[in-house]
Order: sequence, then C-alpha cells, then structure tokens
Amino acid sequence: MKVKNFLKSRPFIQSLAALAANANIAGFFTGRIWQGKSKLVCVPGLNCYSCPGAVGSCPIGALQAVLGGYKHNFSFYIAGLLIFFGVTLGRLICGFLCLFGFIQDLLYKIPSPKLKIPRKVDKPLRSLKYGFLLVAVIALPILLGNQFGIAPPYFCQWICPVGTLEGGIPLVLKNESLRSMLGFLFNWKMSILVIVIAASVFIYRPFCKYICPLGAIYSLFNKFSFYRMDVDKTKCSGCKLCEKKCKMNVEITKNINAPECIRCGDCKGVCKQGAITSGFCLRTSLKKQGNF
Amino acid sequence: MMKLTEVGVSRVKYILLIVAALFIAFGLLREEHLVALKKAINICLECIGLG
Repeated sequence: MKVKNFLKSRPFIQSLAALAANANIAGFFTGRIWQGKSKLVCVPGLNCYSCPGAVGSCPIGALQAVLGGYKHNFSFYIAGLLIFFGVTLGRLICGFLCLFGFIQDLLYKIPSPKLKIPRKVDKPLRSLKYGFLLVAVIALPILLGNQFGIAPPYFCQWICPVGTLEGGIPLVLKNESLRSMLGFLFNWKMSILVIVIAASVFIYRPFCKYICPLGAIYSLFNKFSFYRMDVDKTKCSGCKLCEKKCKMNVEITKNINAPECIRCGDCKGVCKQGAITSGFCLRTSLKKQGNF
Repeated sequence: MMKLTEVGVSRVKYILLIVAALFIAFGLLREEHLVALKKAINICLECIGLG
C-alpha cells in the first residue's frame, strides 16, 4: 500500500517527468546537447532545449523560434501543440510535469518563514505573466526583427531563468569556449535566477504565479480541459480547510478550476468530507459545482 | 458576464481538440516543425545567456 501511494505521489511523478524530459544524461558529462529528431516535438512543461539533458523542445522557445524566423508570423504547429496540452491537462502540467515547477516545490520545502502575499498585491502581480506572454514571447519576436526579418527569443534571452539553470550553467561548466563568452547578459540572467531561487524558498512558486508565459497559456484552458477537479456541493461543509491549504491561493469553493489552480491535489487530500474529486471526464462533471 | 453551460463547456473542449489537430497538421505542412528542430538541436546562446 505504501509503495502504491509512493508511486502515485506528486514528487515521484514530477521526478519521472523531469527524467523523461531530460533523458540524455550523458549530455551533462560531455557538455553537448541532444541533436535527435525527438526535438521535433515539444515537451509540455518549461524545459530549455539547450539543457544538455533535454530530448524535446521547449514550447516557449520553439514558439519564439518560429515567430522570430523570417518565414512565418504565426506558428500553427506550436499553437496546436499548446492547445492540445492545455485542453487535455490544463495546469496539471504545471503541478506534475514541469521540472522548474518541481524545483520551486523543493525549494519551498526548505524550512524558513513563509510569506503569503496579500490578495490586493497578489492579484495584479499574477497578471504580469500574461504581459510577458504577449510582449516578450509573441509581440517582440514578430515586431523587432533585424534586416533579414530574424528576431532573437526575447523572453529566453532576457528573462527566462530556466535556460540559465538547465542550459547555461551545465554548458558553461563543461565548455571552455563558452566560458570565454561570459558577459553582461549572463550576469543579468544569473541575477534573475538567484532572485527566483531565493524567492522560491519563502513564496510558493513565484515564477509560476507571476512570470511563466507557459503557465499563462495553460491557465486559459483550466476551465475547458478534459482533466478536471470538482467540488461536490452536497458533501462540502464549507469549512474552507481546502482554501487554507491551497498554496496557489485558489478560492476552491467558488471556482476550483480557476486559472491559477495547478491541480496539485493538496485540497483533495485535506478535505475530510471527500467532497473534492479530480480526473478525466469526456463529457462534463460540473453539475454540482455551479461555476459556469 | 455570460456563464457557459455544462454543455457549452463540453462542446468547447471538443472544438479545441479539433482545432489543435488541424493546427498541428497545417503547421506540419508549412514545415514549422523543422524551424523548431533547427533551433533546438543547436545551442541557443540567447537562451543560456551568452548571445
């Protein structure tokens, strides 16, 4: 029973997902990235394709690569993949399949005083990630190209701490030629990484809440995804233990499939009435929720 | 604000699934996947903070 519970636990699934997305372990020792055709497909989570272990493409990096290329101003392929991931799983991907989300989860486990950002400040800050998506990921690569119509991936270049952690640090450690290129940009990105890591010890998943453009995309699908969470209003006693437990500050009894829910299942575990359920549904199971 | 009915939500997710399939197919026809692959199999200097 204990083994079964462990196999179903979120950290175990997160570890498996991290390994699956970064299965090229040899790359960390050789300092070379994977060049196989598996990179034709994006992984669902934020996982830099310049990570030596990465065997798939990062959806945000790939989106900017196509938008910033000279051929296309819209990527049907990446948009299709993102809609597919979003409509099947929603932000379950953030909760279970994203390596950087997992890293932030682990950092938050470090014993320290935990900060709960007041709702008045938290709510507008959460909108920031949509701004990063619209401006740095979509608009700038389309609008700010060079004379050949090619634009760099602005979000990856100036903001994304995942590329620094998963790609920059391991590659720079193994390649002397790359070490000779270190400069302002690397220092800037390292500063962002350090700030995000430090903040993650005190605040639950600050990158996911306020910065991640991929989380912003998936949040739009939480309402419509095949994987859903439900509150059975007939069983709910209104104790709000679930809302106290929720580290993403979701108002569970009002809207359990809110954009910010990462489907971690903490609310489900704490509910003594067993009023919260989750799973895939092909039709809809919102009868008792009354959110829509 | 207009509220979606249960049936509406159910319809939307199937429509989105079909849209996703069509987008992926059209993107493949336009060879967008090759653009993504080309970027992914070479070290992205911008992504790692060097370019």
